[in-house]
Amino acid sequence: MTTVLDILLRLAVWLLLAPLLPGVINKVKAWIAGRRGPPVLQLYYDLAKLWRKGVVLSTAVSPGHVAGPAVAWVAVLSAALLLPLGPAGTALSFRGDALLFVYLLAVARFCTSCAALDTASAFEGMGVAREVSYAVLAEAAVITALLTLALQSNSVSLGTMLVPSAGAGAGLLAAGLFLVLLAENCRVPFDDPNTHLELTMIHEVMVLDHSGPPLAAILHGASVKLLLFAVLLAETVLPIGKLSPLMATAALAGSVLVVAVGVGLVESLFARLAFRRVPMLLTTAFLLSLFALLAAWKGAGA
Amino acid sequence: MTGALNLLVALAMGLNLLALGSSRLPSLIRAAAVQGMVLGVLPLLLEHEFHGLVWVVAAATIAIKGFVIPGLLRRALRTAHIDREVEPLLGFIPSLLLGAMAAIGAVAFAGALPLRPEHAGTLLVPGAFATLVGGLLLLMGRSKAIAQVCGYLILENGIYLFGLLLIHATPLIVEAGILLDLTVGVFVIGIIVDRIQREFDTLDTRKLTSLRE
Repeated sequence: MTTVLDILLRLAVWLLLAPLLPGVINKVKAWIAGRRGPPVLQLYYDLAKLWRKGVVLSTAVSPGHVAGPAVAWVAVLSAALLLPLGPAGTALSFRGDALLFVYLLAVARFCTSCAALDTASAFEGMGVAREVSYAVLAEAAVITALLTLALQSNSVSLGTMLVPSAGAGAGLLAAGLFLVLLAENCRVPFDDPNTHLELTMIHEVMVLDHSGPPLAAILHGASVKLLLFAVLLAETVLPIGKLSPLMATAALAGSVLVVAVGVGLVESLFARLAFRRVPMLLTTAFLLSLFALLAAWKGAGA
Repeated sequence: MTGALNLLVALAMGLNLLALGSSRLPSLIRAAAVQGMVLGVLPLLLEHEFHGLVWVVAAATIAIKGFVIPGLLRRALRTAHIDREVEPLLGFIPSLLLGAMAAIGAVAFAGALPLRPEHAGTLLVPGAFATLVGGLLLLMGRSKAIAQVCGYLILENGIYLFGLLLIHATPLIVEAGILLDLTVGVFVIGIIVDRIQREFDTLDTRKLTSLRE
């Protein structure tokens, strides 16, 4: 009974806190541009509005068009539940759950892509092609980062992998995971979340045909994914296990906030990269993780 | 001491990859210059007793590799009106991946070598191998003469790293002589680059194969 309550409580934390992060990022961007900007809680209002609206479906789509976002949302939330939440640890932990984490994120991407392809729109097909081809490179970086953590902690369970700090390669891993965070969440050097030009969109173009509650699920899932990567990045660098519970919670919240502000700064200070340069940056992220792996391997050998 | 040494050599290995991945000539020149400066500090860390000549050689290395040679290259770039694009024969991502493979291979290979105990814990030997391969990749995979000069400089940095293994055995005056040769070499290349550019309107070394009487 307590486990069920525990899981529900964690789910509530993830569900309720996630939409805060895009609000913080938008606020930072507004400050830098000298605007007042939308309120921090804007995404909550948007989600509430979308939830009340009806669904407009194209006559060409199959039921998969609505099921896709739903499955993707659930998959991202399950991946979030596998991550330890600071000193509280994980609710679900078993040997090898790091692999499940990677695969759940892949399932989410697969479902969004399928739902987009289902509309048979040329633009959405193009967006899917871009999203998936970048994801291949980003996934390599995530898997290498998880391998590094696994080598360091001699465990393949996220609950124990993320407790100690990443040691010698922490800086490299942090840089690599930050790049992956930007790529996976369609942030500026890779994609522009504000763009309204279909030719240049990556992620946004895949959700053009969704409306109402499915669109709300996609937007909320995206914010959960952002929070998930921010927490993963923070826990990779921070030695959560060594701090007192209160300190660890404060450090985790603080560093997630720092990541959000960092994303906002990157978004306001950098221009978006040309398409042909994107694989280069993702390869850099992969190499950063790879060198962290090398440092961990050398550190374990010496 | 070993920690600082390893950090600097790791930085040099990172700069290798930066040089392999940079698509503009000025950033490539800067990467080679910073690498030369980073490696110029190393003799100070390796030599235990205070030695006037060590300081002189280190200062000369930093000044020449960090300022004089890049200055000459930038001047050649400016006066010959060369495009800043690097124009790779081997793409940036393949060369980056090859460079990373070389770095990992170098670390693994150096672990298998029978090194002296004072060198076994350091990154000197893997760093030297990785820098050599990085320089070779630049020499082979870039078509412009200036980019190839940068590859040659990075190759020389790798040889210099190997030379540091013998720092207690060889007189530092040898190092000073190599430095002088390097400067003269780059000086001459600067003049040749200008001539090639005037004669052929390009610095692409592939065009030089069609030289005729």
